[in-house]
Amino acid sequence: MSEGPIIDVRGVWKRFGATEVLKGIDLSINKSDVTCIIGPSGSGKSTLLRCIAFLEEYSEGEIYIEGELLGFAQEGGKRRRVSEAEVARVRRNVGFVFQQFNLWPHMTALENVAAPLRLARGIAGDEAARRAGAMLEKVGLSARAGAYPSQLSGGQQQRVGIARALAMEPHIMLFDEPTSALDPELVGEVLQVMRDLAGEGMTMAVVTHEMGFAAQVADTVVFLDHGRIAASGSPEEVFRRDPNPRLRQFLQNYFDRNVFWQSEEGAAS
Amino acid sequence: MTFNPAILLDNWRDLLDGLVLTLLIWVVGTVLGLAIGLVVATLQLFTNRWVAAPLTFYVALMRGTPFLIQLFVIYYGGPSFGLDLSPLTAGICGLALYGGAYFAEIFRAGFVSVSPGQIEAARMMGIGRLDIVRHVQLPQMLVIILPALANMTVLLSKETAVLSVITVNELTSVVQSIGSTTFAFAETLLFLALVYWALLEIVTAAARRLEKRVGRFMLRAQG
Repeated sequence: MSEGPIIDVRGVWKRFGATEVLKGIDLSINKSDVTCIIGPSGSGKSTLLRCIAFLEEYSEGEIYIEGELLGFAQEGGKRRRVSEAEVARVRRNVGFVFQQFNLWPHMTALENVAAPLRLARGIAGDEAARRAGAMLEKVGLSARAGAYPSQLSGGQQQRVGIARALAMEPHIMLFDEPTSALDPELVGEVLQVMRDLAGEGMTMAVVTHEMGFAAQVADTVVFLDHGRIAASGSPEEVFRRDPNPRLRQFLQNYFDRNVFWQSEEGAAS
Repeated sequence: MTFNPAILLDNWRDLLDGLVLTLLIWVVGTVLGLAIGLVVATLQLFTNRWVAAPLTFYVALMRGTPFLIQLFVIYYGGPSFGLDLSPLTAGICGLALYGGAYFAEIFRAGFVSVSPGQIEAARMMGIGRLDIVRHVQLPQMLVIILPALANMTVLLSKETAVLSVITVNELTSVVQSIGSTTFAFAETLLFLALVYWALLEIVTAAARRLEKRVGRFMLRAQG
């Protein structure tokens, strides 16, 4: 395996028709780094993550996963779309967690985790079930292994989604607003699982609105605005020091939304 | 004029032969039709337009023309294209092609009913196209499209009667010939209607049971 970054995004543009969603993104994610991507809605942060997973085809630039070009082959200065199987091969070590969980509703929690092991990795049923059970235990859901997704809370469903991705033993986990579809009281259990993962040294890229999580867990915070990286650095640098007015405004809006008690002196508590 | 159901008993052997043939045509035609429908719908959705366009034309053609005409074309017109089929083979092929077009439309609607996010998740896990169809899409869409499939199956049971016009000796044909020799039209035609009705009830009951089985993940969710 190469010594370079796990994910290397170079000059990536993404256009939907005439709309430019990403305008020249450069981003490297090193092993064991946790990168949180924040920004207003429509800033392109989810699109960026989906491009890194090749769930969206990027229009220009290059994305390398562990040194391999994703989705395209260079041929005499021109790029050619590679086959679906080749895409799957290059991103085999990339796990993805969806905002809407995207569990398969006709399978139990255990089957959701075991099915990809059997179908994509050819692991025998017993062994797949054993590994799936271990993954559910990791996210604290052993007791609910036999439940169907509709019988689980949103937080539990998302933890199954994380277990499903983890079972494939990825080198990097991508999280696309993993807590945005959850009731507020269920957000914590999902963030805790992610915190634990980060603590174990998992490389992660997280698109999130959870500033607290970003501040505490991220090594790098990236602020996306209008399809460009407008600020990036340590949480300290981005949250406290970076003077970018769009960033300051974005953070101010976030604070205003989350202040629920104003003390007599007028300080937010 | 008297109503004399005993006529039916006098001819039970012919009626039984006719019934067996009707069931054979129906079951084989439906199974082949389902297979055609599934393959056509899958190809329409997952291949390029050069494959999809002729299939869309096939579906439109079969849905847009009467089954009777289709049978005539296959059986009487077939030899002109070097297609020399026995009446039974022509009939079963006709029924399968006719049903296949409708089944294709039903399957297509079913495929679309499974959320794209689930497909994305499966692709992201590296699961192949066919496995996605088989393990992610089909089990879920079956719950939704079962009533439509059952409905089409019932319709096909009645279309088997049309095979009598290309000299297949199925139930309708047998009953007609008994009627025309004994003039017991009321008895024979009533019997015929009851048989097709019984088929409908059998299919409906089977579909209900199947719906409960394949939909257990949804039923449990409500409980």
